This record gives sequence, C-alpha cells and structure tokens, in this order.
Amino acid sequence: MSTTADRPDVVVETPSAATDLAALDSALERLRRDGATLEMSETEAEEQAGYHVPAEEGVGERMLLNMGPQHPSTHGVLRLVLEMDGELITRSKPVIGYLHTGMEKTGEQLTYLQGPTNVTRMDYAAPLFNELVFSLATEELLGIEVPERAQWIRTLMCEVNRLSSHLLFMATNGMDLGAVGMMIYGWREREELLRFLELVTGLRMNHNYIRPGGVAVDMPDGWREHLGPLLDVLPERLEEFDVLMTGQPIWRERLQGVGTITAEEAISLGATGPLLRSTGYAWDLRRDMPYLRYDQVDFDVVVGTYGDSFDRYAIRLAEIRESIRIIRQCMDKMPDGDYRIQDKKVTPPPRARIDESMEALIHHFKIFTEGFKVPEGEVYVAVENPRGELGCYMVSDGSSNPVRMHIRGPSFVNLQSLPHLMKDSLIADTVAIVSSVDPIMGDVDR
Amino acid sequence: MADQDATVVDDGPDAAEPAPEPTPEPELLFGVPVTTMRGQVVLHPDRDGYVALVERLRSAGYWMCVDLCGVDYLGHPAGRWLPDGVTAERFEVVLNLLNHTEHSRIRVRLQVPADDPVVPTISHLHPGVSNHERETFDLFGIAFDGHPDPSRILMPPGWVGHPLRKDDAPARIPVQFKGAAS
Repeated sequence: MSTTADRPDVVVETPSAATDLAALDSALERLRRDGATLEMSETEAEEQAGYHVPAEEGVGERMLLNMGPQHPSTHGVLRLVLEMDGELITRSKPVIGYLHTGMEKTGEQLTYLQGPTNVTRMDYAAPLFNELVFSLATEELLGIEVPERAQWIRTLMCEVNRLSSHLLFMATNGMDLGAVGMMIYGWREREELLRFLELVTGLRMNHNYIRPGGVAVDMPDGWREHLGPLLDVLPERLEEFDVLMTGQPIWRERLQGVGTITAEEAISLGATGPLLRSTGYAWDLRRDMPYLRYDQVDFDVVVGTYGDSFDRYAIRLAEIRESIRIIRQCMDKMPDGDYRIQDKKVTPPPRARIDESMEALIHHFKIFTEGFKVPEGEVYVAVENPRGELGCYMVSDGSSNPVRMHIRGPSFVNLQSLPHLMKDSLIADTVAIVSSVDPIMGDVDR
Repeated sequence: MADQDATVVDDGPDAAEPAPEPTPEPELLFGVPVTTMRGQVVLHPDRDGYVALVERLRSAGYWMCVDLCGVDYLGHPAGRWLPDGVTAERFEVVLNLLNHTEHSRIRVRLQVPADDPVVPTISHLHPGVSNHERETFDLFGIAFDGHPDPSRILMPPGWVGHPLRKDDAPARIPVQFKGAAS
C-alpha cells in the first residue's frame, strides 16, 4: 500500500462539533445490524473455547479464543473473548472485573476528607483527575469556591498529569506495536514528570493532593526552576518520537485504517476523549464546558479525520504539545494567595495554630475524626481526563460521608467500543486497537 | 400587627369557600416533573414513560448518555428532593445526558421499588449505557428488561448478592485461612 504517504497527521484547529439526529439514527441502526458484540456469558465462553466446525448453513468455520486476562498487551487484566473466522474477528466481547475492589462501596465508608485517597487509585495513570472530580463534586455540594491560586495550581498539576499519562500511552503504544525502544523513551520522559509531581505532592502516584477545599500544600520553593527546564526539553523529545514513529512507514501501516469508527457511532457508544476526537468531532470539556481556569488559557482542541488508531496516536502526541502550552500559561498567570479555602469547618488549621489556639485544636480534631458535614443533595460533575469524560455522581444526606459516590470512568465506557472497532479486523491488529483506546483497568473495574 | 389581624379576618370568608389553595402544579419539562438541584436540571419520569422520555430527549439534542448508575436509599434519613406527585422508592436509577450543541447536561432520576426492581432498558437507544446497565444489575440487583446481555460484569458470575445495596454489608464473607484452626 502506498496510501500512507501524504496524509495530514492531525487537524490542530477548533471546528465546532456538529452532527444531526438522522446521522445518529443511521449509526445506531448500523451498530445494531453489525452485531459486533458477542453476547455470551463468561462461563459459556470458557466451555465453548476452541475450534468449531462450520455450521450447517455454511457460514464458515469459527474459533472462540480467550485472549487474556493474563496477556502482556491488555494493559492490566482485560480478557477478550474473540470469535474468529480464520484470522478475522467476527464478534468479540471484553470481559472485565478482574481488578474490581469495590471502591465505590469503600467510598461510602470514608469521609469527604478521606475520599481522595480512595478515588486516586482508580485511574492510576491520571490520579489527580480522580481527586479533582471528587473534590469538585464535594465543593459543589458544599457550595464553596476554592481560592484563585488553588484553581490555578489545580489546572497546572492536572496538565502535568495529562503529560505523564499521555507519555505513558506513548510508551505502551510503542511497546505493543513492537517499537520497543519507544517504551524506554516514554517511561524516561514520564519519570521526569513524576519527579516533579513528587516534588510538589510528596508522591509519584496516588498523590491525595487535590482535596475538597483546595490542595494539600502550596507549590514548593523552586518549582518553577524544576518545571521550566522540563518543558524546554520535552518538545525536542517529541520530535524524536516523530522520527522514531510518526513518519515511519511501518508504524503508519500498522495503525492507519485500523480500528475505525465514525463520530456518530462514537457518540452512540458513549465514547469520549481522544477516541471521540479522532473522528473529527471536536468535543473537549476543557473548552466546551470549562471548569477550573481553562476558560482563561489559550489552547486548541486537536481532532483527527479518519477515526483510526493512527489518529488516536497522533492526537495524543499533539495534545502533549497543547498541554505544554497550557502549563506555560499557568506558570505566567499563577497568582499569589491561599492554596486552600479559609473555612474553618472544611480546612484543617495550620500546624502552628494548633499549639496556640484551643479552637484550632478542636477543629483539627473534629475534621480528622468525624470529618466535615456536607449539606444534603445530589450532583454530577465531570472533567476531561486524558481518556475522556471522568464524572462523579455524589449523593449526600447531610452527614460526613457520601450516601453514594459513583465514578463514571472513561475507560469503562470506551471499552464498549472495542467490539465495534475490532469487527472484521485481523487478530494481529487486536493489540494495536486495544492499545489505541488506552484503557486503564483500575478505572474500568474500580 | 394590624395587617396580620386584617388577614385573619379576611381568611374567614375565604376558608368558607369550597376552593382551598390547590397544590401548585409541578413544573413540567419534556412532559415530566422537573426540579433543579444545585443548578442542575433533574427530570423525574415514571417507569412507563421512562423510555419515551429518553427517546424524546435524544431527539431534542441529548445525544449522549454519559452515565447511568443506581442508588440505594435504604434507611436514608434526609429528604429525597422529589417534586410533588413522585413517590420515593428504595432504589433509583440515575441517568446523565449530555447535549453537545447547547453544552448542557440533564439528569433523569427514576424511582425503582424494592419489591419489583425492574427497569426497561435504554441500550437500544444508547448502546453506550449497556455496560452501565450491567453494572447496575450487578451491584444493585436492578434488572434491565430487554437488555441483550443481562449478566454480571464486575463481580464473578457465581456471586450471590448485590454488593452496593445498603443491606449487603461489606466484609460479611467469612475469611478462611488455610490450615488455621477454626
């Protein structure tokens, strides 16, 4: 094939998202007719695994193949039940739940202050977003707005986290497709960003940094001197990625036209994030329903054209560049002020105050033993995570722990489009497609 | 003071008239009662009108159903924030829909009684909630009538019980250590 020569990588502009109901209806009908999802229970899939002789109608021979859960390129513990016709996948079903630890149930036992320690472990490649969405939902119920500096710190830290998450994707995507050197480079860049996150939050991952009411600590001394050189060196490294992968004919052949989806199909399947944007449909919550201070920074929403695995790769690569732009603006605009709200009922007092004030000691004790009370109500809040829309539905009965804390994980929903993406594709492309969706199993199973 | 007296006097003949102040008609949106919670719009359909409502919302621009989850209100002491005419039941199925053109969200809260926890599926309109419906069945035991694959999704296939129900206590399962005297 020589079709790969002169196609644009991605469109870096901001067209408006548009489709219509008729197109959606026909996509729905197409999805229904395709029957890409294998509706078969897990036990049945185990029993029927193996070769099946052609059916009487002569539709060809079938083989049921269980790929995973212990498979190196399933990014954790994902099991795919594939129905094969020779080398072609006719129907498939992702089987999940191997990492289910009942975090939503746990969330009901923990106070609002303890909540971020729990949710941060869901999408472990982008932990700050989990903390953010939990905190935003709590703050919405409390009816408080965090101080300006806290908003900017949150915006900055989330974008740094987006960088590290996308670089992790670059590493695993390269590794999955055989560009093993890429794995080392991706991890190397990510590690440098994690070192910055460690400098600020104290931990490489599972930070518990963004909390209801603000952030845990202020930016440390010298953070600009640490982050600045990192942002200077990253664009050069991205150009190395371009040399290593983007322009390579083998890389393009492996990804272009593999696992395609249209905008209407993606919307019907609830897909968000790079998976939706790869179809050319410009929808990014940061721009379209802004939260934090995204309405005050300048950035582009990157979209693809073909809705294939290559577009999803190229979008993430371009989003790294956009995130660097956002981080630079955050560094310029970062105001002075409080890094958490000065509300004695929500924010623990500073350590020094406890020694001199009885009241501070009581507040400290109350917040850390009972937690703070949140007015009753129910809210849904969503943010744009590196993988798509991360939502939190929270119900409060006025006590200090939620009645219901539901997280809408983008990986959980995006995974549903796998059967459609893999329909009539070669089994050799399975790994490329799964990798391009970039599911994080901790987020899927919760 | 004088004003208050005057109203009391006026009330006398008013109360004698056969028309007491009728309860205000609940506000309707898309033909179902609507409330707002913290500025977010919430619709309260009944089970018969639920699928038709989702269909109407889809035609009105709410193309994407981003989220569906269950809630168990067993022993809930606080209010339920429901409009008049909607009876609170033990379970709720909560839908969050997104309008891409108006950049707005709308929420649907459907009351599900404990003795008949069955809800019609909407996975034929929004295939994207298929996993969420399976999850809600798995964790709450709310069945989705017409769902193409009504199996457990997160818990093992042979699991007994629905863990997110309030009366399904965590750590109820006895822990057995191999070789330990019991």
